[in-house]
Amino acid sequence: MNGYVGTPTSRVDGRAKVTGAAKYAGEFAADGLLHGFIVDATVPRGRITRLDTSDALKVKGVVDVLTHTHRVALADKDEAWKDEVAPEKGSPFRPLYDDRVKFNGQPIALVIAEDWETAKFAATRVRVEYEQEAFATDLETERGTSAKVDQPHKPRGDAAAALAGAAVRHEADYVLPTEHHNPMELYATTAVWDGSGSLTVYDKTQGVQNVHKYLCGVFDMKPEDIRVVSPYVGGAFGSGLRPQHQVVLATLAALALKRSVRVVLTRQQMYGLGYRPMTIERVALGAKSDGTLDAVTHEAIAVTSRYEDFSRNDTGWAEQLYKSPNSRLSHKLVHLDVATPCDMRAPGAATGVCALECAMDELAVALKLDPIELRLKCYSDRDQSEDLPFSSKQLRECYARGAEAFGWARRNPAPRAMRDGKDLVGWGMATGVWEALQMPVAVRIVLTANGHAEVSCAASDIGTGTYTIMAQVAADALGLPIGNIDVKLADSTLPQAPVEGGSWMAASSAHAVLGAAEDIRQELARLAKAIPDSPLGGLNASEMVLVDGTISKAGDKSRAVAIADAMRHGKLERIEKQKLNQFAEDKSHARNTHSAVFAEVKVDEELGVIRVTRVVSAVAAGRILNTKTGRSQIMGSVVWGIGMALHEETVMDHRFGRIMNANIGEYHIPVNADIHDIDVIFVDEPDDRINKLGVKGLGEIGIVGVPAAIANAVYHATGKRVRHFPITLDKLLG
Amino acid sequence: MADTTIPERIPINLVVNGERRALEVVPWTTLLDALRDRLELTGTKKGCDHGQCGACTVLVDGRRVNSCLTLAVMKDGAEITTIEGLARDGTLHPLQQAFIDHDAFQCGYCTPGQICSAAGLLAEGRARDADEIRELMSGNLCRCGAYPNIVAAIEQAMSRS
Amino acid sequence: MNNFQYSRANDVADVIRLLAADPGAKLIAGGTNLIDLMKENVERPSRLIDISRLPLRNVEETPDQGLRIGALVPNSDLAYHPLIEQRYPLLASAILAGASAQLRNMASVGGNLMQRTRCAYFYDTTTPCNKREPGSGCSAIDGLNRNHAILGASNSCIATNPSDMSVALAALGALVHIAGPTGERTIALTDFHRIPGDKPHVDTNLSTGEIITAIGLPPRGFARNYSYLKIRDRLSYAFALVSVAAALELEGNAISEARLALGGVAHKPWRRLEAEAALRGQAATPDHFGRAADLLLEGAVAGSHNGFKLELARRAVVRTLMQAASGTPQSQAHKKIA
Repeated sequence: MNGYVGTPTSRVDGRAKVTGAAKYAGEFAADGLLHGFIVDATVPRGRITRLDTSDALKVKGVVDVLTHTHRVALADKDEAWKDEVAPEKGSPFRPLYDDRVKFNGQPIALVIAEDWETAKFAATRVRVEYEQEAFATDLETERGTSAKVDQPHKPRGDAAAALAGAAVRHEADYVLPTEHHNPMELYATTAVWDGSGSLTVYDKTQGVQNVHKYLCGVFDMKPEDIRVVSPYVGGAFGSGLRPQHQVVLATLAALALKRSVRVVLTRQQMYGLGYRPMTIERVALGAKSDGTLDAVTHEAIAVTSRYEDFSRNDTGWAEQLYKSPNSRLSHKLVHLDVATPCDMRAPGAATGVCALECAMDELAVALKLDPIELRLKCYSDRDQSEDLPFSSKQLRECYARGAEAFGWARRNPAPRAMRDGKDLVGWGMATGVWEALQMPVAVRIVLTANGHAEVSCAASDIGTGTYTIMAQVAADALGLPIGNIDVKLADSTLPQAPVEGGSWMAASSAHAVLGAAEDIRQELARLAKAIPDSPLGGLNASEMVLVDGTISKAGDKSRAVAIADAMRHGKLERIEKQKLNQFAEDKSHARNTHSAVFAEVKVDEELGVIRVTRVVSAVAAGRILNTKTGRSQIMGSVVWGIGMALHEETVMDHRFGRIMNANIGEYHIPVNADIHDIDVIFVDEPDDRINKLGVKGLGEIGIVGVPAAIANAVYHATGKRVRHFPITLDKLLG
Repeated sequence: MADTTIPERIPINLVVNGERRALEVVPWTTLLDALRDRLELTGTKKGCDHGQCGACTVLVDGRRVNSCLTLAVMKDGAEITTIEGLARDGTLHPLQQAFIDHDAFQCGYCTPGQICSAAGLLAEGRARDADEIRELMSGNLCRCGAYPNIVAAIEQAMSRS
Repeated sequence: MNNFQYSRANDVADVIRLLAADPGAKLIAGGTNLIDLMKENVERPSRLIDISRLPLRNVEETPDQGLRIGALVPNSDLAYHPLIEQRYPLLASAILAGASAQLRNMASVGGNLMQRTRCAYFYDTTTPCNKREPGSGCSAIDGLNRNHAILGASNSCIATNPSDMSVALAALGALVHIAGPTGERTIALTDFHRIPGDKPHVDTNLSTGEIITAIGLPPRGFARNYSYLKIRDRLSYAFALVSVAAALELEGNAISEARLALGGVAHKPWRRLEAEAALRGQAATPDHFGRAADLLLEGAVAGSHNGFKLELARRAVVRTLMQAASGTPQSQAHKKIA
């Protein structure tokens, strides 16, 4: 091994990104490219009674206006519209399918013109009339209509009785608002018509093969007639897991007009895609006076659309974190006239753990216990939902290392006790937890005699660093410099990969690389041994390693054959190996990543202005493949957590059923000035059970716990407990 | 009856990354759309089209501006520098190198705007410490949350210039 | 955007001629607000008159020791102009509290005065808004009005003016120089913006056919005791919930002159001479500042979601006056509130 794995290797796609050479979905050129602009519904529910495109069609440069009455055929069965991550229950939204309006902002027509500005102008000339219907969009007023979702959690013991009898109880509602992902790149598709009926679809997506299969189903196309490509994705955070409106519309237009077509959503239109659903989390904790838990109940009530049931695990996390003989967990949905929510960074956990960890802080206050001490008293070495041990769990070490780095021991536990001039200073902490998932991924490696290797896979790199870690793993496994590794990703014709999400891609893709590299090694061993008087004669393949461009005896570089020589003797210019890596099923252990998050806030006592001056995040997530990109992922997640705690909220006017801050000026995400010191600590966590490299993934864990740590710090600073997020300054006044 | 006519094209000249480019634009064409769609310089990004994200930042006559709120026709004769014009003869601009060194991006979409904005910031000479860099870079959103690394990259480039 | 014609003006006379010829025309300089609104189809001018090349870019001293600032001086150039930094740092600070570095590079001084409200209903052409479509109703009064006015609002509009620069200009007693078909005139900045009344679609007292040519600053710059404090939902690049421009002249601890204006609370920068008069001759103490705040906020009315602004504004006024009195103006880069 050259030892790239585990090092702070710079991104291999860095140069492309800093020079502007990296091409994103809406940036691919094509001859005669047309531009589509979407007309969207302005009512939340009803029927389109008139859709008059005659004026739009008069605009010079307009080629066509597609609507539900003027389009090519679309699949009529739900199965075709159900992509690989669609909710099980429900009927996915179909753009331009019929006259139904299911949510405000729904695409209802596509104006196609020779240039984008003309299409946008002509879109204002499309006249639409609706028959409006009564609608509801407000979770808080519709809370009573919630319906329970089947979830795997089984009640343990009798939580109600245990709560009733608990020495110390804390129970409260925590409200987490709707949030939108707002990746910086606008959703875009360039569908390139090749002249003979085939399409190359450049799409902003987290899964090219998911989109490919979906398009084949929706348009009844042969797999070989459509190719989906997405080499660079300008952020997604879950919003690109499911195929989005623009890919259907661009494909629809290209097929209808037999021309290449680009469709780019506006920032405002991206608020018609999925989002993190508003959730009301009711948490009750009952404890003995020594701080051990008797009971945990957690009920989440979340928004979904009328046409699909989207739900995630908000309530199950206490089962992994805190020992309690009694627990009762439930998840309920309220169906509203809105688009279906979707996964957004650490779906379920970001919200559910936020509530749980605020509640734990409140319990610690009630018990007069240090918040870390309470968590250690309740520390669970087993996942109680399945009663399983963990493959590894260095959470205790996270608490210790994080507290040390933060200086937690110097905390005065009393609220409003720490000051810096006119600022009240608050120190808060919280626990984070996520799953360590892994999925089947296939990789193809083509090794050429010049010592270069091409590693290819359909997986996406949405900014997570997949290109880089795959290059690192391949360089180490093949014994080549990283500069000799060329990674090709995100083309549906490449070897199989699932959507990039759930933090599973690092482990999954790395082991797929190892699998294919192992076959290369075997082949090289066979070739090297076949050389007359081979220095490797008499050795088994298992005794040989790839190192420094050679295949050599493990531990003895003097017995080596250059890869080029082995291949020349074998009369091979290239060795190509493709392998699907499947992880052996192992239900004997729970697999999770953990973190301890510490936050310092300074709150102006009179004005309520909050600054997050320091965050320490100590993460246990197995082996870190790249400490540079890994640190960035956690740091970025902390920024997300700060936004979730203080800034982010999609605001709807329920009289109109319409989002009123559908932009990125009034939907606040943190700006540079909001972010100060963020210290990321990776706690050593060897795990030889989870997979060969001991990798768990980092995409989600970094955000979980951050909003709660900040909320708890705000309480510590001010003595005010804000349970309705985000914590804006008006909630601290008075 | 709604007006369905569109404006006439107007010829303009831009000097883009040192190269004179003649084009005809409709008055409603922004500098951003002119760069991306007409001149195929897609390094400059569209993230909001409303001056709220900074992804479209370019230098016009040496000053950083939001190209999405700039009408191309109004910049007739101006010198435009985009991300494609920062590297010289294959050598990265110190900011570009610093962004790689400090991992000051993840998805890369805000990056050209961040770098052009940082180039403007350096030219302005108004940022003397990290807080001032943060404030004066707050017009460039980064949803991946690379801000601390962006500040570190700019500090590196500042110290070397 | 709608179909519009483009004309480039070479001098002020040219502008006035072009404006007279096309009543639907609008002037464009930096374009940071107008282009945004045109993209939303909120503004639909028949013609854009490009005034960006007019020779209105000078900052010059006037015979009375004041300054005359050309309407086309970019916001950032003004904020960093040595005469502004030295003599009118309140103005520099307010400008730097607004928008982003890029937008400040583009936006002109005149355009800043003309920027329109950020009310979400004004921006969304599917909802009623009296400012956008007179007579259609105000969606904010019974709707989402957390960011809306508590002072000077009417039954037809509760929008706020989003400018930071104007708040400082109001406090400084700036003048607006205007040219039009009948010649030149000058009005006080505090008379430039309107309260909405029953004509919320009219933001300012600039008449049809007129152009702002310059801003005048009186000699008094309050360079020693001033502060601009902006309170918002994130630490930069957001519009004010409340902002305060405060300027004092002190003799010992006694206030000889006071200026006070609020942003984010009304359809215009909010200044009341009674509040300032009450400070004159008083000691610079929190109690007197509180009294001034109460006078400034007299008549403030809370909507369904913006009641917090009353207390926030009061506290912010006291705090900003304290900053001014102690000679520790709020930094726009270092976010700890002095």
